[in-house]
Order: sequence, then structure tokens, then C-alpha cells
Amino acid sequence: MGDLVKIQDLYVWFRVYGGYMKVLNGVNFSVGKGEKVSIVGETGCGKTTTMKTILRILSSQAHIPKGEVLFEEKDILKMKEGEIKRLRGRGVAMIFQDPMASLNPVFTIGDQLAAVISHSGVQDLDKEKIRQLSINALKEVKLPDPERILGSYPFQMSGGMRQRICIAMALATERALIIADEPTTNLDVTIQDQILALLRELVTKRGNSLILITHSLGIARENADRIYVMYAGNMVEVSNNEELFCNPLHPYTEMLLGCVPKLSGGGIAEGIAGRIPDYLNPPPGCRFEPRCPYATDRCREEKPDFVDVGNGHKVACFKYN
Amino acid sequence: MSENRIILEVKGLKKYFPIHKGDKTLFVKAIDGIDFEVREGETVGLVGESGSGKSTTAYCVIGMYSVTSGTILFKGKDISCASSQRPLELKRDMQIVFQDPGTSLNPQHTIYKIIELPLKVHGLAKGREMRERIVQLLESVELPESYLYKYPRMIGGGERQMVAIARALATNPSFMILDEPTSSLDVSVQAKIINMLIKLQKEFNLSYLFITHDLSLMRNVATRVVIMYLGKIAEMAPTEIFFQSPQHPYTQMLLSSIPVVTKEEEELKPKKIKSQGEIPSPVNVPPGCSFNTRCPLAKPECFEKDPVMVQVGPDHFVRCNLFA
Repeated sequence: MGDLVKIQDLYVWFRVYGGYMKVLNGVNFSVGKGEKVSIVGETGCGKTTTMKTILRILSSQAHIPKGEVLFEEKDILKMKEGEIKRLRGRGVAMIFQDPMASLNPVFTIGDQLAAVISHSGVQDLDKEKIRQLSINALKEVKLPDPERILGSYPFQMSGGMRQRICIAMALATERALIIADEPTTNLDVTIQDQILALLRELVTKRGNSLILITHSLGIARENADRIYVMYAGNMVEVSNNEELFCNPLHPYTEMLLGCVPKLSGGGIAEGIAGRIPDYLNPPPGCRFEPRCPYATDRCREEKPDFVDVGNGHKVACFKYN
Repeated sequence: MSENRIILEVKGLKKYFPIHKGDKTLFVKAIDGIDFEVREGETVGLVGESGSGKSTTAYCVIGMYSVTSGTILFKGKDISCASSQRPLELKRDMQIVFQDPGTSLNPQHTIYKIIELPLKVHGLAKGREMRERIVQLLESVELPESYLYKYPRMIGGGERQMVAIARALATNPSFMILDEPTSSLDVSVQAKIINMLIKLQKEFNLSYLFITHDLSLMRNVATRVVIMYLGKIAEMAPTEIFFQSPQHPYTQMLLSSIPVVTKEEEELKPKKIKSQGEIPSPVNVPPGCSFNTRCPLAKPECFEKDPVMVQVGPDHFVRCNLFA
């Protein structure tokens, strides 16, 4: 299976008063064609920054000293403005966390869907055809009464419906890659279940690739083939779904799993001492070293490589190389 | 547990909010007749989706809202009056920690000032004692003395919540309401806060009313679980029993929707009751059982008859027509 997206040794810094926030610190990441991948990490670990790099929608303070982001073997970072627009319109679609903020409050759902469809590069579009495509898109996300919804405004919808509309927009036209950035964080657990089931079903049916960003290990486990664990601007571990939960290797993954409250009870682990490092002055070696119970002198000085320990299970920790 | 003294008793509590539409007045029935109690040293988990009325319940108990009808008894005394009519001593004995410490702490005040306020209001410390007491409170939530003169924005979200907890502890309460204290935090931070709350509970013999939407968290924290749906209680049971044999179809839907991380947990989930539909607006509560729009097991009578609470086991209550 060829890689659809491949990120190699990516560094992203942000210019701020007092220097550079060195956020991404050599990220390695890939998604195969038709593969469902999840990135799990806590607030501020760089998940969204990584995704914004794929779409090249980073803020103007961003600076990329090093790295490659390949989409179908072409470097996104070197694309011209026209090419990147085509990529956003036809190659990649993103579903954001807060559908109220990503939908325009003063346009109807119909207008917004029409805008997406008319930029998709489909030939011979007239008003009637756009309307038909919009209705089909809404039907596909199982929204009742699509004709009425076309004329409605976002504020007239519930949170779950709004997120369905965002999914409809992302899938209205052919895209190779869908990026869902915490699509269910604001939703109740029963609605979350419905939305994720829908997303999974549609993406599988169309054979799209999916990158699902989440902070919940449980959501990753139930929706992805492969899971990346991210910490402070680095991928620290990646493995196949089951393997990660049976055999977590990186100390961070292990501790994070301990913190998740289990339905089977048994209490919650103590938590992870300390907090995410200051990106202005990150630790020079492994970025998890200040919080790691296994840290050695080597961890303080050297950054561990992301190495394969067998079966595509990779980990960035000196315990394993 | 049941031999413990009842600290809080809620009976037939209702809270309606009027909304005016033209010349008509409609009511949002945020809470529509609930009964439950909290015993000494207990942690009662009040669980529900958004719009189920769990926060409204908390605000009625703490006195931020006046009640429409029903009674709230705290240590045997009726407190279902507005906050302004409550004695100071009662306010001292009952505290609340809010969901978002970013907005519940005054951004213009230092941590010192934030914790000083309840001590001043209740006259619990003066002069030189004041600083000592504040430092002691910070210590009890494991924050160093150096935090005294920091502002909330200078510290992390988890630490801010610790400050909010220290502020609530300042008055030596015996009962605390925790309104989703960790829902805006990462799991590693949540774990720290939860362990801290459990430790404090033992140390100060506190009783908690823990409001949350996270059932797996309640499995590890609560002694009893109360499930709310559209302003009414759907099911209520001691934690162990609740997770072993959830009875209400809504409870089963909730449990089966939870994403889990182990196979062991997978087996604990009820057989996939497919999640369908959304919680209706509390202005237009459907007639009969309010869950009938989403219930896979709904019978014709569920659309007419509102079920009553029945006991199905020791301390285990369900409000569903299937058990009537």
C-alpha cells in the first residue's frame, strides 16, 4: 500500500516575542491509501499544527526550518499557490472540532454546501445539479428532510446535526484524504458514538484515507487501524491498534493509559507529574525526559530516534535502542 | 453505607424556567420532579448528557437558583429558599467547584486574594493567621507557597482547578458539589485532580455530589450513581451493582457508547444498544416516557404513560415502563 501522505522529519517553529516556540520537533508520520490512522495526544502536543501543515494553513508566524510533507509524492511545502488551492479543494478535506465556528453563521447550509461543490472541479455544474449534489450529501450523512436543511442556518441545528453537516461538506465531493480534528469533543457520548460510526462507515465505503485527531485513547482504539501517540511535538510511538493497548512501549503511552478511567474499575493511576515543556526552551534531549521515571543521562542530552522494533511498531525511546 | 447519616435529601424537586413567546408563556422544565439523597462520606455521581438538568440540580442545591417546587433538606433542615435567605453558617458548610477554573477564578486577583475572600467573609482567619491558613490550604492541594502571588493566567489549567478546590476547602465544608471539575482537562491532569479529591475526602470527611457526563470516571470514583435524562432520574444504584447490571434502556445506551481501551471493558458494555436520536428540547418534552423518542424497546404504553420509579434490587431504582 503506497503512502498517500508522508511527513518526514518535520520541524515547525512559531515566531513570538522572545524567540521561537519550537513546537514540532522532527515529526515522522504517514498514512496509506485507504488507511484509517489516529493521532492521540494531550492539549498542546502539536496534533493540530501537524494537520495544518498538510493543508498549509499555518499562521503567518510559522517557520519551517526543516522537513518534508509529501502528498502523493509531491512536496506540499514547495507547491505553488494554485496547486495548494487545488489540493484543498479536491485532495484533502478537514472536519474541525467546533462546527459552530467552522460553519458561517450568516449563510444557509445550502449556500455553504454549494460553495464547496462549485470549487470541487466537477464539470458542467448548474444550479439544479449543485442542489441535487447537496441533497445527496445530506442524505448520505442520514439527516432527515434535507430540502428543509438546505434553507436553514447553522444556529437552527443541534450540535450533532452541525457536525453531520460538516461531514457532508467534507464528503460532498471526491477527496482522497479526510482529516477529522477532534470531531466529537463538544458532543455527548451517545451522539459521539453516532457521529464516529457514520464517519467510519462513509470513509470505509468510499475507500478514503482518514486521519482522526483525538485526545481519547478509547476513540482511537475503536476507529483506527494504526495509532500514533504524540507528545510535545514528537511522535513517540506508533503501532497497530491492538498491539498498542496490549504492549505499550513508550513510558508516556504507558502512563497515559494508566490515567484513563476504566469501566472495569480499579481506580485511576496517579497521573503524570509535571507538565508539557515550555516550547521556547524545550529540553535538549528527549522532550519527555523531565517527566519520565526511567530517564537517564543519555535522555537529557540526546534525542531518541523513531525506531522500528518489529511489525511496524515504532517507538522513540532509549529503552529500546 | 446505608447506616450513614443522610446529609442531603432532595424531594420532588422541580425547577422550571419561563420563556415568553408573544403573549404565551412556555416553560423549560429543567428539573421535573427528582428525589435522591447523599449520605455522609459518600460520593454520589450525578450523570447525564447536556440538557439533562444535572447542573441545574447543583445550582438549586447550592442556592444559585430558587426552586419551583419541592424541598431540599440539608442535615435535616429545609434549605429550599433563595441564597440570600440562607444563614451564613449554612453557606460555609456547603461549597461548589465549577467546571472551568478559567472563568471561576477572578483573573484580576492573585491566588492569595482568591483564597482570602471566603476566609474573610466567614471570619475564619485574621491578621497573621490569614497567610498561614492560605499557605496551609495550598499545601493541602500540593501547591507550593510560591504560588501565593501568581495570577490564575500564569498557571496551568490543572493547577487552577487545584486553587478552586483549595478555595472551596477554605471554609471547612462538610459537603461539596463538584460540577464537572475535570471535563475541560487532559486525562493525565484529571487523574491528579481525582486522586487529590479522593485524598481530601478521606482527610476532611467530605461528602461529594459529583456532576459529570463521564460514566467510566464515575466507575472509579462514585459510591452511588444517579442517571438523569430530561430533568428526571432514569436509574439510581450503588456503583458496583449499577455497572454489573444496568437496567434502564437509556443507561444501556450510554454505557454501550463509551469508547474503551481494554478488551475486559468491552465485555462489560451491554450488548450494543445502538445509539439513536438526540435528546429532545426540554420545552417540548414528549408525552409519556420522555425517552420514548430514542428507546429501541418502546412499547405503545410508553407513549402515553409516564413511568414511576420502582425498586428492582437493594438500593437499585429504575424509572421505566418495562419494570412497572
